[in-house]
Amino acid sequence: MSDLGCGPAPQDLGAFHDAVDFLLSQRESISGGVCIGGLGEVGDLAASHMTLSLVAVAVAVAVAVPIGVWLGHVGRGEFLAVSVSNVGRAVPSLALLAFFVAFLGIGFTNVAAVLTLLAIPPILTNTYVGIRQADREAVEAARGMGFTGAQVARRIELPLAMPTIFGGIRTSAVAVVATATISPLANTESLGNPILEPQTYGDAGQLGAAIAVALLTLATDGVLGLVQRAVTPAGIRAGAHPRTKRLSLPIPRRAETT
Amino acid sequence: MSLELLVGQIQIRERTGQGCVAENGFCPDWIADNLDKYWSPLLEHVWLSVVSVAIGFLIAFALAVVAHRRRWLTGPILGVTGALYTVPSVAAFLLLLPITGRGNGTAIVALVAYTLLILFRNITTGLRNVPAEAVDAARGMGLTDRQVLRRVELPLAAPEVLAGLRIAFTTTVGLATLAFFAGGGGLGELIYSEKAGTGGIRFQSNVVVAGGLAILLAAVGDLIVLGVQRHVARWQRVAQA
Repeated sequence: MSDLGCGPAPQDLGAFHDAVDFLLSQRESISGGVCIGGLGEVGDLAASHMTLSLVAVAVAVAVAVPIGVWLGHVGRGEFLAVSVSNVGRAVPSLALLAFFVAFLGIGFTNVAAVLTLLAIPPILTNTYVGIRQADREAVEAARGMGFTGAQVARRIELPLAMPTIFGGIRTSAVAVVATATISPLANTESLGNPILEPQTYGDAGQLGAAIAVALLTLATDGVLGLVQRAVTPAGIRAGAHPRTKRLSLPIPRRAETT
Repeated sequence: MSLELLVGQIQIRERTGQGCVAENGFCPDWIADNLDKYWSPLLEHVWLSVVSVAIGFLIAFALAVVAHRRRWLTGPILGVTGALYTVPSVAAFLLLLPITGRGNGTAIVALVAYTLLILFRNITTGLRNVPAEAVDAARGMGLTDRQVLRRVELPLAAPEVLAGLRIAFTTTVGLATLAFFAGGGGLGELIYSEKAGTGGIRFQSNVVVAGGLAILLAAVGDLIVLGVQRHVARWQRVAQA
């Protein structure tokens, strides 16, 4: 079997060691005939996993953020924003994907559409809430300075809502990267392939891919956490309380009342 | 005559389900005849969700009470439960396999891990939002810390605690559809079924019924907890009126 260019699977090293070995070095598949694993294949799978997730989250942001900003700005649709999020939580992603596959067919577009549907509720709700919670005094001040409604939304409410909006995007992105794992059920490549095809990849592949997905999700969460911190306007960062600071100036007291 | 015979044959064919499964359609007749096969996965799903949320609640509750007394613990507990929450469900089911083996137990461990963040966050927020006046008044009446917790803080925090329970239950029902990865059974096994004759994931009848049952279960659980919440927080409605 050396003509395949990859060695045989290593002998049993313990489940987790095997899994890590699968991620790092190529070996022959347990059913024979193909090379699996190694940084090359895992990297390719991770790349398509992330492409799929990125498309889904990007579409969800493009749809949900403008709607959320508009609803929040006019102060209507609280019921919509909140119930979309509640319903979204109740629908199992597997059932949703299965529904799409059963009635619309397989392929990248359908998986991306399912993931987009999954990503929209947290983004929509957080955008709405963030805009509603924008400091009313700042909004009134902007109005007083002659800002139009659109200017208030874009230049005051949106920056103030940014951390909350990115909180929603972060929640969604984590859910999407995690759920993209089931995409092979709809014939779309992702790190879910080794997980759902144990007959080719074996236990090591299944566990290895699970580790890779977990790391990818934690990395996504971490990176978006940094972005969230970066987009937080300096004035509303935790620890920045200019008013409190001003008030905490020492107030001279009379030592004694006469 | 011949038409009647034909119609009769079609019905017989559909009754046996061969045509429906082969054509992979959505057929009410076939579903009606096979309703009993949804019953045990549904019960399994209910069991998985209820047990996981119950265990998760006990753990989160204990953690929240401890963190309420020792504030500095809140950050670390949120960090750990948050990290658990971030690990994807499919990966969590698989990562546990070498440790706990296939079966219900593994599924429950993973599902419990997911409820912790939601429940802990809501219970601590609820306890923190109890008006300081109420706690002070109770202390002034000579109640001990434990009595304050049981008679004042917990009743007043109940609405938020139950709100967390609602979120945790709906989320768990959804995640339990993936429990088949850990051999935990549940409705997911019907949605994702490789067994011969069921047509895999694309068998529309299974997808609609099993998926629908999962959503229905989440909705029913949500309504039950909402009912409890209304009942427990009667004082809140009085205050609002």
